[in-house]
Amino acid sequence: MSLAPPERAPATGAATAPAGSAGRGARRPAGPDRPGRRRLLTRTSVPYLLIMPAVLGFAVFKAYPIAASFWISLNTGNGDAQRFAGLANYRRLLADPLFWTALRNTGLILVVQVPLMLGLALLVALGLNSAKVWLRPLWRLGVFVPSLTGLVAAGVMFSVILNRDAGLLNWVLSLVGIDPVNWLGSPFWARVGIVLVITWHYTGYNAVMYLAGLQGIPKELYEAAMVDGAGPVRRFFAITLPQLRPILLLTVVLSTIGTLQLFDEPYVLTGGGPDNATLTVTMYLYDNGFTYFDFGYASALAYALATIVSVLGILQVRLMGERR
Amino acid sequence: MKARGPLLTLLLAGAFGLCVGPFYWLAMAATQDDKDVFSWPPKLLPGGHLMENLQGLQESIGLTRVLLNSVLVAGVQTVGAVVVSVLAGYAFAKFDFRGRNLFFVLLLSTLVIPDTVMLIPIFQMMTELGLIDTYQSVILPGLVTPFGIFLMRQALRSMPDELLDAARVDGAGELRVLWRIVIPVNRPIIAALALFVFLGGWNQFVWPLIALRSPEMYTLPVATATLQGLSTTNYAQVLLAGAIAAVPVMALFLVLQRQFISGLLAGATKE
Repeated sequence: MSLAPPERAPATGAATAPAGSAGRGARRPAGPDRPGRRRLLTRTSVPYLLIMPAVLGFAVFKAYPIAASFWISLNTGNGDAQRFAGLANYRRLLADPLFWTALRNTGLILVVQVPLMLGLALLVALGLNSAKVWLRPLWRLGVFVPSLTGLVAAGVMFSVILNRDAGLLNWVLSLVGIDPVNWLGSPFWARVGIVLVITWHYTGYNAVMYLAGLQGIPKELYEAAMVDGAGPVRRFFAITLPQLRPILLLTVVLSTIGTLQLFDEPYVLTGGGPDNATLTVTMYLYDNGFTYFDFGYASALAYALATIVSVLGILQVRLMGERR
Repeated sequence: MKARGPLLTLLLAGAFGLCVGPFYWLAMAATQDDKDVFSWPPKLLPGGHLMENLQGLQESIGLTRVLLNSVLVAGVQTVGAVVVSVLAGYAFAKFDFRGRNLFFVLLLSTLVIPDTVMLIPIFQMMTELGLIDTYQSVILPGLVTPFGIFLMRQALRSMPDELLDAARVDGAGELRVLWRIVIPVNRPIIAALALFVFLGGWNQFVWPLIALRSPEMYTLPVATATLQGLSTTNYAQVLLAGAIAAVPVMALFLVLQRQFISGLLAGATKE
């Protein structure tokens, strides 16, 4: 497909609306145009017309940027003064200690946060699925609400809640005799703080997904297992976990993608500090692209990140999808 | 064994408190005087400075204009993305055509590519078109959502073909079938999609932060974040802005929670 015409389409449509609508009016024949329209909307042509807006948008805002970004990553220079430089940006990246710091931070947060959050989500879902629990809709509603909150709103909220001298969290901790923690102020606790905020934000969302999976498991499976004398632990590992596998896989992949692209929380909460302890790959990309306007290097970072995300995603699907 | 119900209920109530507690504190903090936001112990009752903080926000970020910007951007994006998704989802679900599977797979594969990859080319494109710092620059990239098209395809596939064919036999054109049958029958899932898109548009941050330049074009999250970066930051105002950003989506969710959750589940569990 040619990219040039659709690329212009939205702009002319927005900028010169009167001309565009006049053209559309002129093309339509006056009078009894019914048969003509009928012929246009046959069963073969209709699907193409239906997907047209999606194809245009896809070409302009997905396919073209993905391709262009790769080309940009092969160039160096600021702003308009770009020149081809082959793999120079990628070589620079491999030798850039800050990139490795950002990647290590992102990886650390990933391996702690995703299992913690999904484990908690599964526990919450099991609780919400138990018929013995009272007021289940209320708890379900409450745990889901954080996922509706925008990252900025959550960010400003937690920047005060995690304050060392006057934050809500340290106050609650002081009630049980724990000394104030320097959240956001020390490299270690800043990472813990970021993990806490992301976990607060998305655990309920994943719990509701798991709850749906749990409710889809046929009751007969459990009844049969109980007849065979399987205890609750055995039933969990023999029935619940295998039955949940597709949805577990989905949440693992989505959470991994989300955490690898982590940007908003550190941007609002720590600015990547202290001492670059919460600098993530996307934050570093943003700094290079939109603070220093080094588009080539930022694009190389974006491609490096996309490669890591894809490889991890494929690995996860392989590992979790094949087991029988 | 008898105590399991109450014990689980208590644990879930604890989880509820951890999730909702911060919002309660936020609502209270937004009504305090700036110097009381950081007082010890934290103020957990209403403070009586709500109007003053609202006025402060109006002066510092132009609250009404910023709110209107957010509503406009998220609203137009919602209408546009829902139209695009319903049309394409219907084609993928109910028509056989050349290139269908190829395009569908291409579309879905962009889900695993981080949005950050696309930021710079889209920024350059918008700069060349002279659209930086306009509403269009924020709205346009959000109109095609692979997730929305996927969700619609999954939902419309479960619609019986006989229903559509019966209408066609009765002489209804394809547009009429879409408008009179497909959309009314699937109204709940379409409403769920609309909520998802609105939520995404209302909360989006990185792209508007890049695309918008002048304070009077800012959306609420961008204005809030810039306010926080100032040295003279009034935290009561920042927190109030955060609270205001959170309120509409929660209200929408409370009204439409059944559809919202069913939409989430339809996307997650089918296939």
